Amino acid sequence: MRKIFAITGILIVAGLVLAACGGAATSAPSGSGETVTVKETVIVTVVAPASPAVVAPTGYGVTLETVKARGNLICGVNSQVPGFGYVDANGNFSGFDVDYCRALAAAIFGDPTKVEFRPVTAAERFTALQSGEIDILSRNTTWTLVRDTELGGNFVHTTFYDGQGMMVPADSGITTLQDLEGGTICVQTGTTTELNLADVMASLGVSYTPAVFEDADATFAAYSEGRCDAVTTDKSGLVSRRTVLADPAAHVILDVTMSKEPLGPMVRHGDDQWFDIAQWTVFALFAGEEFGITSANVDEVKASATAPEVKRLLGLEGDLGLKLGLTNDWAYNILKLVGNYEEVYNRNLGPDTPTYIPRGLNNLYINGGLLYAPPFR
Amino acid sequence: MANLDTALPPLTERSTILRWLRKNLFGSWLDSLLTIVGLLIVYWALKGFLTWAFTAAEWRVVSANLRLLMIGQYPIEQVGRLWLWLAFLVFLTGTSFGIWARQSRFAVGVLMLPAVLALVFPFEGAARTWLLALTVIGVAGWLGGRTKPEVLKRSVIAGWVIALPIIILLTHGFSESTTGFWAVAKTNLWGGLLLTFLLTVVAILFSFPLGVLLALGRRSELPAVRWFSVLYIELVRGVPLITILFMAQLMLPLFLPEGMTIDRVLRAMVGITLFSAAYLAENVRGGLQAIPKGQYEAAQALGLSGAQTMIFIILPQALRLIIPILVGQFIAVFKDTALVAIVGLLDLVGIAKTVLAQPEFLGLQREVYVFISLIYWVLSYGMSYLSQRLEERLGVGKR
Repeated sequence: MRKIFAITGILIVAGLVLAACGGAATSAPSGSGETVTVKETVIVTVVAPASPAVVAPTGYGVTLETVKARGNLICGVNSQVPGFGYVDANGNFSGFDVDYCRALAAAIFGDPTKVEFRPVTAAERFTALQSGEIDILSRNTTWTLVRDTELGGNFVHTTFYDGQGMMVPADSGITTLQDLEGGTICVQTGTTTELNLADVMASLGVSYTPAVFEDADATFAAYSEGRCDAVTTDKSGLVSRRTVLADPAAHVILDVTMSKEPLGPMVRHGDDQWFDIAQWTVFALFAGEEFGITSANVDEVKASATAPEVKRLLGLEGDLGLKLGLTNDWAYNILKLVGNYEEVYNRNLGPDTPTYIPRGLNNLYINGGLLYAPPFR
Repeated sequence: MANLDTALPPLTERSTILRWLRKNLFGSWLDSLLTIVGLLIVYWALKGFLTWAFTAAEWRVVSANLRLLMIGQYPIEQVGRLWLWLAFLVFLTGTSFGIWARQSRFAVGVLMLPAVLALVFPFEGAARTWLLALTVIGVAGWLGGRTKPEVLKRSVIAGWVIALPIIILLTHGFSESTTGFWAVAKTNLWGGLLLTFLLTVVAILFSFPLGVLLALGRRSELPAVRWFSVLYIELVRGVPLITILFMAQLMLPLFLPEGMTIDRVLRAMVGITLFSAAYLAENVRGGLQAIPKGQYEAAQALGLSGAQTMIFIILPQALRLIIPILVGQFIAVFKDTALVAIVGLLDLVGIAKTVLAQPEFLGLQREVYVFISLIYWVLSYGMSYLSQRLEERLGVGKR
């Protein structure tokens, strides 16, 4: 046994030296002068996802084929954000981003449990997607141009419009930004958060005193000590930060948004069919809410549907599902097994949850939000 | 004149708690003062913590998530497999104690531990039964080992050798079907203390031989072997463990051929093993250097070959010398495994973080972190204590 261990050990060492030499070459030159060529190679290896050696098998239809052959979807999620992604006491992943994965699995397999959740950290999420370790990334990732291009991914339609928010003590009576006139606001320095705050307040003509801190912990510590009237950062961040406060229920997040943080799922470049499936899964969730179809009444609606678009959505007419490479009851399965957008939202972020975030922009366009599904035809 | 037979034996103090207190804590008025002041300081320091722990703390976060913290998302249908290997380990431990530590009170304490845990912590019914069974199994092994040490010795050693493969096989499962008792439990479901334990055990067992080989390699007369060992040791020791883990989790997938992925848990295991091996190599080299040259010469004079000298003369002495350092390294490995939480694995720390994100238990950081600290402390101290007993038995520092 020892012998086998030793032999394996030697093989491992041999392997590592190869890898380690590569590692040494990448880190060594940063100090010296003639580093340009080496550095460029490094950047190419790490970032350029287009080079075929680096990317998982892609091409039209490949991902769906792989997922079907495997029998489940591998979804990269966050495991540490209340309301968005965490493991509940029974060992099941839960959260808003997690439910999107379930909806996708319902669309593909007609079974929302056919998902393998892979907790990925902020640092490794794009690598995990590129290398094919995960089929889709659904982990509070902000849609930006660089990520959409250079990092080798395509952002599916935004599922959650996050944005900079403001938290105040519940008993302060503050409900709008204007109420903060003359007040002190805790904010982290050197971030876009600080600049956004200045811009927004200037445009509203509200004067305030910023109390700036070097890091997020200090910012929220100061707020909890009552050194300022309000504290600002991204809304989902406010929600999780609120949990650390002595009495989370004594603080409210105002229904205002001061910056753009569109969060949504991301897929690899190179498989348009997969992108379409992921995209229309989001739209099916929106449409379900728009047409008033819930997991509770979907069967009823299906039996009595008269509106052509509802019929097409639920697969009673046309072959929309087949066009996506799925079955025609794909959207029915999403709505039946996971629910519509409103249900998903309320389950994880609704008023009855400790992680309540007012819907704000995350409302249907008919209710003053940004959620708008293209026609199902 | 008193008869010799009736002469009293020398006075021995009966050691009672009161006497001990009087002698050690209240010997003089100064001692008494110091004791009282000391107690006050301890009270003042602990008061806040104890008040919190017994009144304010909401331990339900721990009790509700006990299974998650212990084994992560490991499928409940297959949990029995973990109990099986745990029972096997406990039996081996009990028998080993019976054979090699017949008088040890510590051994009895260890064997009672599962039963104590079952009574103290709110385990589910089945888990409680298993824990009680573990104590019975352990004690049975202990009694067996005491009565028939010579018969059992060989089988127990064989048992320890195959323990790791058995643990891995049982944890992983081998059935092709997706359900049933023997179905494969994917590594992404391994978590909590189970994952921490497996990472630690694998890293320790594999890095030890690797470290010894590297240490010997560094002292080798063959330049290629020597330079390779030096390069490896210095390279790996020159970077923090977290960078190696990042390298394994982030860079490695990019270098692999199309569509090929290596299991993440395996990557973490290999990363920690390789890291620990470099440190162990230097520890072992320290031990090798402490062996006087005369030992080599004597072995040579007896006609032993180089390998024989190493295996039978030098290494046994060198390794015995460095037991405290080795155990220190093993404890460090155990605690270092917590870093895998940063690369997205749900070990004890990772699962603690996700427990803290559960909406119904928001803001209970202190409870969860105190609990997992306690687990880390108990296990680290257990290892440390075991090594002290081992040193006593081997007479390290006395011979």
